[in-house]
Amino acid sequence: MIPTVDVGALRQAHWYQFLVRFVLGGAVTVGTGLVARHWGPLIGGLFLSFPAIFPASASLLEQHQTEKKQRAGICCRRRGRKAAALDAAGAVLGGCGLIVFGLVAWFGLPALAPGGALLLAATTWLVVAISLWWIRHARG
Amino acid sequence: MELVWRFLLGGAIVSAFALVGDVVRPKRFAGLFSAAPSVALATLALTVAKDGPLVSSIEARSMVLSSVGFIFYAYTVQRVLASGRSPAIWVSMAALTIWALVALTAGVLLTWSRA
Repeated sequence: MIPTVDVGALRQAHWYQFLVRFVLGGAVTVGTGLVARHWGPLIGGLFLSFPAIFPASASLLEQHQTEKKQRAGICCRRRGRKAAALDAAGAVLGGCGLIVFGLVAWFGLPALAPGGALLLAATTWLVVAISLWWIRHARG
Repeated sequence: MELVWRFLLGGAIVSAFALVGDVVRPKRFAGLFSAAPSVALATLALTVAKDGPLVSSIEARSMVLSSVGFIFYAYTVQRVLASGRSPAIWVSMAALTIWALVALTAGVLLTWSRA
């Protein structure tokens, strides 16, 4: 299966869902900065992999799927929860990419131009995450 | 003023990755973007600008350890939600304690190894 893009999915979303994610993302980034300021980069860095918007995204996905099934005349919350479980399964693979992102940034930032190091780390995260998904998908 | 920039940059990068996750299919593939390094990119970029690349490199090193907590977190959420018995919001909030435990252990180890 080749991943596809469905821009129409955005029409089902409400404006407040985007606002919630923006505010949560901003708040966690500010919180991480404050922790690093008080306890130093060693402790502040731990929060770089905090699951900032995962709870909000998972519950929105569950809600969307449940509403979709209800419109089709099926009243079943389990389907929504299973859809959120699939999202979490993808997050496990993306989380493996986070470790590689951290490693590339750790060694790359002092050695390369900072912008290039961050770009390399982000690209590596994407390549590792997609590769793991592909391997997982191929194995069935 | 720095906190405002942090808020705006963090919010923008998190929203951008979340938007990608909204439009790509299948769902497991979209889930990859739930683990995007959005907060990390915003924080490391701002730390580089303020304190230099060496300090941000220390943050990245800590992130490697806490990312293990993220994997345990997402795996637990996946297993519990797959049973279909509990609401996503409660499961994903309660499982944050798993991430916190791993991050706390990593914090103790890092502090202890520095001493």
